[in-house]
Amino acid sequence: MSKTRRLSSAFLGLPYIFWAAAFIVIPLIMVVWYGLTDENGAFTFANVAAIADPAHSKALLMALLLSFLATVVCFLLAYPLCMFLVELQKGSDSFLTMLLIVPMWMNFLLRTYAWQSILEKTGIINTALTALGFAPLRMINTNGAIILGMVYNFLPFMVLPIYNALEKIDKNVINAARDLGADGRITFLRVIFPLSLPGVISGVTMVFIPALTTFVVSSLLGGGKILLIGNVIEQEFMVAYDWNLGSGLSLVLLIFIIINVVISAVTEKGEEAKA
Amino acid sequence: MKTKYKGLKRLYIALIFIFMYAPIALLIVQSFNSSKSRGHWGGFTLDWYRSLFTDASIGEAFTNTILLALLSSVISVILGTAAVIYMSKLKKSPRTILMGVTNVPMLNADIVTGVSFMLLFLTLRIQFGFVTILLAHITFNIPYVILNVMPRYRELNPHIYEAALDLGASPVYAFFKTVLPEIMPAILSGGLMAFTMSIDDFIITHFTAGAGVHTLSTKIYSEVKLGIKPEMYALSAMIFVTVLLLLILVNRVPAKADAHGKEAV
Repeated sequence: MSKTRRLSSAFLGLPYIFWAAAFIVIPLIMVVWYGLTDENGAFTFANVAAIADPAHSKALLMALLLSFLATVVCFLLAYPLCMFLVELQKGSDSFLTMLLIVPMWMNFLLRTYAWQSILEKTGIINTALTALGFAPLRMINTNGAIILGMVYNFLPFMVLPIYNALEKIDKNVINAARDLGADGRITFLRVIFPLSLPGVISGVTMVFIPALTTFVVSSLLGGGKILLIGNVIEQEFMVAYDWNLGSGLSLVLLIFIIINVVISAVTEKGEEAKA
Repeated sequence: MKTKYKGLKRLYIALIFIFMYAPIALLIVQSFNSSKSRGHWGGFTLDWYRSLFTDASIGEAFTNTILLALLSSVISVILGTAAVIYMSKLKKSPRTILMGVTNVPMLNADIVTGVSFMLLFLTLRIQFGFVTILLAHITFNIPYVILNVMPRYRELNPHIYEAALDLGASPVYAFFKTVLPEIMPAILSGGLMAFTMSIDDFIITHFTAGAGVHTLSTKIYSEVKLGIKPEMYALSAMIFVTVLLLLILVNRVPAKADAHGKEAV
């Protein structure tokens, strides 16, 4: 009996194991392989070392800076939002939270493109400013516009995990803290925030990685003047057809992704151990 | 606990929603703008909605997008659910490895996933087109199915399935009668998530599409430099409003269904 059951479950699992090997593991190995060889297939470290090239390292540093700032802004906007949402819609359904995901049904390129019309020289904001007698602002094609685009696109990724973590907190724990004499500030710092930390960490990961690696936001709102590392890689693959160099630079990104994943895994484990 | 500063908190929530919806409102307004230049209001028109239905290239991109989303979510639901059943019977360490691999497409950056597919298809000399996009979409959709179905499946009481077997049901019959109805909500939400991800994806599609085939996303991207056709605004506005209405509808239905279920018990 148990043997036939094991056989049938192997039959269920094989297609996925094959799939994961063919389309997850092997493609990643290809990136490593292309990244560490030259066009003749000989081993080289030059494609990865090319990150030290001033144009590339500038793009990487810029991407790190802008995505860091975007992540911080997302956190600062999302955390109070989630606290208020949990507080105000207690008991009822999470309709408001759902409304935060709905924008994703409008194509994200179009939504980002729409910011062009809002921010550009003759855009909505500047038209309003000049009508009110103020000098127009230079907003499009700046670092600020790219950060705004990142925040706009990735904010839901920060909101959802924090919201879920905050919603799960047992109200009795908070009441207990209050009964034991903690004021609002202490309750927040010692009870609420630590309990929501796993949500914050997963939110940070989910915002930082897409922001760090984007080439769309920077090309739509940065006007092609500000190159991020994502733009460089995209151009190597789609314009210059230098797959080895593109893969080498992707490996550098992969290192940042792995660091990020390890940090969030370690902190998550720590949280579990504490619990 | 009393809610302090309720008004201010509401205002804050409202501001965030305005931030999220302003570009969408703008796009919808744009779809009725008779002037092709987006900074200028030329009067109200329904022209773009009319010409949309005669625009073959947008129609083709739309069909591709929907077809990809449907096929990739259905296939990933089947593969993913089968994988969940298989994985829950595995010992801890093989399961951890397989779950680790499953998480890769979610944790990895889309651009790296995209170029990795591109390299795979290039090396295997597979013609870039609909099939390559579909393979990629299935791959990044499966994790959403697994991560939705897995917790639900592990909560199941295994004795019910075993009881069905003891009562003479075949494993397949017992599965469809005892397990599937229980995990169906998780399958549906995983499938819906997969569908959404597929529709909204641009980056991975960009690297796997090749020259001939367009989805709405790649078509929009290719038009950005020259100016996006107003018909695209019209189409997106229609999709968006349809989804919004559907979601509001669906949001009302489960409440009723729940009440109904409780009555039946």
